[in-house]
Amino acid sequence: MSGPSTYVPKSAIGKWFEQRLPIGGLIHSSFVVFPNPRNLNYFWTFGAILAFMLVAQIATGVTLAMHYIPDARFAFNSVEHIMRDVNYGWLLRYLHSNGATMFFLAVYIHMLRGLYYGSYKAPREVLWILGVIIFLLMMATAFMGYVLPWGQMSFWGATVITNLFSAIPLVGNYITTWLWGGFSVGDPTLNRFFALHYLLPFMIAGVVVLHIWALHVPGSNNPAGVEPKTSKDTLPFHPYFTIKDTFAVVCFAIFFAWFVFFVPNYFGHADNYNPANPLVTPQEIVPEWYFLPYYAILRSTPNILFIPAKLAGVLAMFGSIAVFAFLPWLDTSKVRSGSYRPVFRVFFWAFVLCGIGLGYLGSQPVTEGTILAGRILLLCYFAFFLIVLPLLGLLETPLQVPASIADAVLGSHGSSTMLKGASAEPSVKG
Amino acid sequence: MKMRMKATAVRAFAATLLAGALLVGVGGIGARAEGLNSEGYLIPQRQDWSFAGVFGHYDRAQLQRGFKVFHDVCSQCHAAKHLTFRELSEPGGPEFTLAQVKALAATYKIEDGPNDSGDMFKRPGKPSDPWPWNFANDEAAKSALGAVPPDMSLLAKARTVQYGFPYFLAEGLPFFEDEEQGPDYIYALIKDGYRNPPKGFKVPSGLYYNAVIQGSGHLIRMPSPLAMIFDNNGKPNNPKFYTDGTPVTPDQVARDVSAFLMWAAEPKLEERKRMGFNVLVFLGVFASLLYFVKKKIWAGVHDISPSA
Repeated sequence: MSGPSTYVPKSAIGKWFEQRLPIGGLIHSSFVVFPNPRNLNYFWTFGAILAFMLVAQIATGVTLAMHYIPDARFAFNSVEHIMRDVNYGWLLRYLHSNGATMFFLAVYIHMLRGLYYGSYKAPREVLWILGVIIFLLMMATAFMGYVLPWGQMSFWGATVITNLFSAIPLVGNYITTWLWGGFSVGDPTLNRFFALHYLLPFMIAGVVVLHIWALHVPGSNNPAGVEPKTSKDTLPFHPYFTIKDTFAVVCFAIFFAWFVFFVPNYFGHADNYNPANPLVTPQEIVPEWYFLPYYAILRSTPNILFIPAKLAGVLAMFGSIAVFAFLPWLDTSKVRSGSYRPVFRVFFWAFVLCGIGLGYLGSQPVTEGTILAGRILLLCYFAFFLIVLPLLGLLETPLQVPASIADAVLGSHGSSTMLKGASAEPSVKG
Repeated sequence: MKMRMKATAVRAFAATLLAGALLVGVGGIGARAEGLNSEGYLIPQRQDWSFAGVFGHYDRAQLQRGFKVFHDVCSQCHAAKHLTFRELSEPGGPEFTLAQVKALAATYKIEDGPNDSGDMFKRPGKPSDPWPWNFANDEAAKSALGAVPPDMSLLAKARTVQYGFPYFLAEGLPFFEDEEQGPDYIYALIKDGYRNPPKGFKVPSGLYYNAVIQGSGHLIRMPSPLAMIFDNNGKPNNPKFYTDGTPVTPDQVARDVSAFLMWAAEPKLEERKRMGFNVLVFLGVFASLLYFVKKKIWAGVHDISPSA
C-alpha cells in the first residue's frame, strides 16, 4: 500500500491482469514482503484479531438480517424465530451477540497496547485518529445493534441514550424527536437503527482500509519504540507474521467459542428476554459491559459552573472518548515505549484500574457513594490525559533506549553484529 | 498500676472485638444458611441441574414430568407463545412421540381462518401450532387475574439471580460456568418463596407474600402453584400425579417444572453444548499445530544474530 511494487507475476495471465489492475502487487507489497519489526509481541496480533472479528460480525450479521424483522410488533418474535426455527439460527445469533463483546475486548487491548507503547506518536498520528474514528463507529454500531432484539433493556437503553441529545441547549428536544422519528422510542426508531446498524459496519470496513493504509506508510511501531533502521530490524510479513497472527486468531477463537457454546448469555442481561414494554421501567437500566465506564462518567458528572449536570455528563462522556484523538499532542515525551518510561508505566496501570473502577461503578445502582467515587475516578481519568501525560514528558527521566530493534532483541550480542551490519544495506521499508 | 489498667482495657477491647466478630460471623453463616440477604430477600441457592456443565443434557423423564406440571398447573394462566407443540417431540427436549404430540395438539381448539366465506372458524390443533393460551389477549387475562402473567416460553432466561461482584466473574469460567440462575430462581420462588410474612407486613388482598420475588417488595400476584398439587402438610392431593412412579414431593415438582422451563427457553442447549465440545477440540488441535508451525518458521530468528 505504499510505493511502487516490485511484484512480477509468474503466469502470462497474471502479467496481463497486473498491467491493467495491479492488485497482485498491492497484496504482495502489503501482506507478503511488507517489512515488520521483528520484535513485535503478541499484543500486536490484536489488529489481525480485530479484522477477523469485523468479518465474523458482518458475515453473521448479514445472515441474521435475512431472518430478522425490524418492526416493533415482530422484532422480538423474529429473534426468537431465529433462535428456534432457523437452521443454526441460535449459533448465528450467539456468535453475533458474543462477537460484539469479543470485538470490544480486542479493541480495548489494541488501544491500551497503543497507549502503552506510544504508538500514536509521530509519524503515526493519522493512523491513531483513524483508530479513534473506528472506535466511535463501533460504539454507535454496537449500541444500535443492542436495540434490535427489542427487549426491555433494548428499549430502555435506547430511551436513556437518545434522551442524552435533549441535553443540547435550545435545539436538544427537536434533535431528539428527529432521532426518534416520533415523540418517544418506537417503531420508526427501530427501523432507522436497523438501517444504520447494517450501514455502519461497512463504513467501519472503509475506515479500516484507511487505517491499514496509514499503518503501512511508516510501518508498525514496536515494543522498543525505535524505528527499524536496517533490514536486520525487520522480517517479511509472510510467513513470519501471517503464521503468528493466524495462531493468535485461533487462540482468540477458542476463548470466543467458550462463551458462545457454554455461557452464551453471560454478557447479556436477563431482562432483555422480556419483550419491550414502554409502560414498565426496568429496576435498573444497565448498558452492555463495554459501555459501563462511559455510563459511570455520564452519571457522576456534577453541575459545572453554568452547565447543568445532564449536559455536563454528556460532554464529559463524549470528551472522554474524544480526548484519545489528542493523545499524540498531549503526550510530550520523546520516548515512545512505556518499557523505557518507569513513571509513565505506573500511571498507565493506574489509568487501567481507573477505567475498570468506572466500569464497576457504571454497573451499580446510583448511591451517594458511587457518585462520589465516580467523580474521583472521573477526575483521575481526565487528569491522566490533561495533566499527567503533558507534564510527565517534561519531568520524567526515561531509561536508556536501545540504539536499534536488533539491539533490543539480541542485547549485547546483537550490538556487535549491529556495528558491523549498520552500513551493510539500506532499509527495505517502503 | 497504670500499666495493668491499660492491659486490662486492651484485653477487654480485644475480647469485645472477638465476641463481635464471632457474633457477626455466626450471624453471617446463619443468614447464609437461611439465604436471606441484608434486605430480607431469600437468595436462591445454586441447584444441581443435569443440563449444567460442558456435557450437560436434559433429563427426558424430568422434562416430561415438568411438562405435566406446566400443562396441568402453569398453562392454566400463563402463555407460552414461542413454544410449539412440535418442539415437544423434537430431539433434545422431552421427546414425546409425534403421535403423542399430535393427539395432544388435537385436544385444543385453535381459531383459524378466514375461510372461503370470510368467517373465522375453530379447528383441532396441529403440531406446528404455538402453545394456545386460555385468554384471548393480555386485557382478558388482566381482567380475569388482576395482572398479565409473564409468558413462560422465555421465563427461565428472563429471570436471574445476581450474586454480585466478584462472584459473577467466576460464572464465566470453565468448571464454574453458570447459565442456570433462571431455573435456580424459579425453583426457589415456587418452593421456598411462599412463607408467612414478617410481623407487621401488610399483604394487600389479591396479593401474596414471596421472599424471593424481585422488584415488587415481596408481593406476588400468583398464588402458590404448589398449593394446587399439595395440601397444607405437603401431601399430594393425587399421589399418582406422576405416572412414572416418581414420588410427588414439593421439591420434585418445583425442580421438574424449573427444568422444563429451562428447556422451553433454550431448546437447543444440548445441540449447542455437543457442538461446542467438538469446536473446542478442533480449535485446540488446530491451535497446537499452528503453534508448532509458528515455532518452526521462527526458529533461528529469535536467538541467533540475523544474517540477512
